[in-house]
Amino acid sequence: MNEIVNILLFMVSCILTNNFIFSRFLGCCPFLGVSSKVGTSVSMGLAVTFVMTIASFFCYMIYNWLLVPLGLTFMSTIAFILVIAALVQFVEMFLKKSSPTLYSALGIYLPLITTNCAVLGVATLNVNNAYNMLYAVLNGTFSALGFLLAIVLMAGVRERLESSKIPACMKGFPITLVAAGLMAVAFMGFSGLV
Amino acid sequence: MTLRLSSAPHVHSPVTTQRLMLYVLISLLPTAAFGVYAFGIPALTVLLISMASAVLAEAIWQKIAKQPIRVNDLSALVTGLILGLNLPANAPWWMAMIGSAFAIIIVKQLFGGLGDNFLNPAMAARAVLLASWPVHMTTYVAPTFFSGADAVATATPLVLKNSALMDLFLGNVPGTIGEVSKIAILLGFLFLLVTGTVTWRIPVVMVGSVFLFSWLFGADPVMAILSGGVLFGAVFMATDYVTSPITPWGQVIYAFGIGLIISLIRQFGAYPEGVTYGILLMNIVSPLIDRFLPRKIYGHHKEAKKA
Amino acid sequence: MSEKKNLGKVLFNGIIPENPTFRLVLGTCPTLAVTTSALNGLGMGAAATFVLVCSNVVVSLLRNFIPDKVRIPAFIVIICTFVTMIQLLMQAFVPALYEALGIFIPLIVVNCIILARAEAFASKNAPLSSAADGLGMGIGFTLSLTIMGAIRELIGGGTVFGMNVLGASYEPMLLIVLASGGFLTYGLLLGLFNLIVKKIEAKKAGKEAGAA
Repeated sequence: MNEIVNILLFMVSCILTNNFIFSRFLGCCPFLGVSSKVGTSVSMGLAVTFVMTIASFFCYMIYNWLLVPLGLTFMSTIAFILVIAALVQFVEMFLKKSSPTLYSALGIYLPLITTNCAVLGVATLNVNNAYNMLYAVLNGTFSALGFLLAIVLMAGVRERLESSKIPACMKGFPITLVAAGLMAVAFMGFSGLV
Repeated sequence: MTLRLSSAPHVHSPVTTQRLMLYVLISLLPTAAFGVYAFGIPALTVLLISMASAVLAEAIWQKIAKQPIRVNDLSALVTGLILGLNLPANAPWWMAMIGSAFAIIIVKQLFGGLGDNFLNPAMAARAVLLASWPVHMTTYVAPTFFSGADAVATATPLVLKNSALMDLFLGNVPGTIGEVSKIAILLGFLFLLVTGTVTWRIPVVMVGSVFLFSWLFGADPVMAILSGGVLFGAVFMATDYVTSPITPWGQVIYAFGIGLIISLIRQFGAYPEGVTYGILLMNIVSPLIDRFLPRKIYGHHKEAKKA
Repeated sequence: MSEKKNLGKVLFNGIIPENPTFRLVLGTCPTLAVTTSALNGLGMGAAATFVLVCSNVVVSLLRNFIPDKVRIPAFIVIICTFVTMIQLLMQAFVPALYEALGIFIPLIVVNCIILARAEAFASKNAPLSSAADGLGMGIGFTLSLTIMGAIRELIGGGTVFGMNVLGASYEPMLLIVLASGGFLTYGLLLGLFNLIVKKIEAKKAGKEAGAA
């Protein structure tokens, strides 16, 4: 019972309090780049969730069961990025074969995820915080859900801004960044919640 | 000029922005008057500075951007007044100025001006000031009018949980200039209802939601709705046309969400008050609410009523 | 002579015309995260410049040996090697800066600027001009990060590089050094940069029209 409460609190912390975008700055490139439409941002968010969850799992195993016994922990970055690249490739092939509909929805985003710093970031954070396997995987899932929330909210706002009379020099990235800044101010309300 | 909000169900005749804003200004009068009465000259100074800076910021921006200067639509004046009412009476003058300029230029004009901002400018500016100068923003003075003594810095009203309910209701509590007197706020609300400027939906659902959730989270629900900025936020900030959903059910979800977030922050968060954040966060969600709750076509549904 | 001139042009390209931060908007995560002070911005920029120059040179040297199909993984391995090197170097020599930059040092691996330069420039050009390209991009990135760090440090703390500039009576606007301040500052600077570029281009166009 206690464990369930802990996990729930951990979830709130990952999604709201320590949101990957609004407080940790991880995954900003896709957040800024793929957030102009709600539909595509949902797909991107789901693809990231998928990859971050399994990447957390595999990186945990590689780190604790391979790098630590061999004394190669300084190789963690290179090991993680290879694992992530391989995973993304594998997920792409698997989806293509097993679920063409899902593939057509997520397909174009998958290669982009290899260089999404949120994935490598979560693997590194799991090591830095010395999470056990359960929490490492949960951290992957929940943090990615926080990313999903952020990108979908941003897409909603940006769809609304489409018809706005934004000054020419602020169109595109600048106004998106300012909007993200204001959203981050609002998310500060969640601080201390956990 | 008209706002692009004429399609909202509650505004069924083309109302000019100017008249709408005038009604809001009038409805804010009792609150502002009580604030000045209770907190004295410092409160008046804060209100005047924030209003003047807001109007000035709007005029300067429109001049630089080579747009027609439209400060006479009164919207900047309303933003400045609402922001001023959201500050403690002893707020430094530069803070009121920066807050107003931020609200008008960054939250409103950069996004395209009136009707295009996705956040309530005064609320966003208040959150920015709170994050920037937390000490200035949370050092409240007790109203001088009741005690007769000099202004004394006290804890925030929500920290001060032993205030009697009557004091809370009348406004004999420390707090921001505008939030203290519930009677004055209710007077303003009545005026807004009678003139049809706002509907009851958002304020009532929001206050009900705070009541419900604070009770569920184990707080005193009556105390919860009377303390802090719940009523003030519900009547004057959450009802902002531009940043709230269009459909009636969308407004219910929006107001309900604000109440939930306020109660969560008050009960479990680091901040003593959550009204600002509750409104801002639901402002952010409202485009999605509107998107997934499409407006019903009139005449198609029985429950689509013209309020 | 023309070779030299060309190198200069390649070098300059990354500093202003294709500035990674303000023109290409690449590497946004570290830009937002580490620019809480001028020193952190400079440190991050220097680390990224080191990786950029080294990886560009190595990619350029190997450009005829790496099969096209596996080039991206190969680039990543090369980049990663240098990132691990700088990570260990910083840990040993500037531990305070290493702590401050935290997770964003290993994350240089996935900084799009570096992969983008390897793919777009180094894999097609000779080592010397690739080095110049890496150095130019690196300087552009460092300059932007340092300027942004200085601005945020000034407004959010009243200091620049730790030196008090605005005096003791200045009450810092804390928000600017928080997460949301990062987004706001970056967005506003980007808008300002766009405005200036547009003004310059308009002037140029006006001059050309006048000359013709």
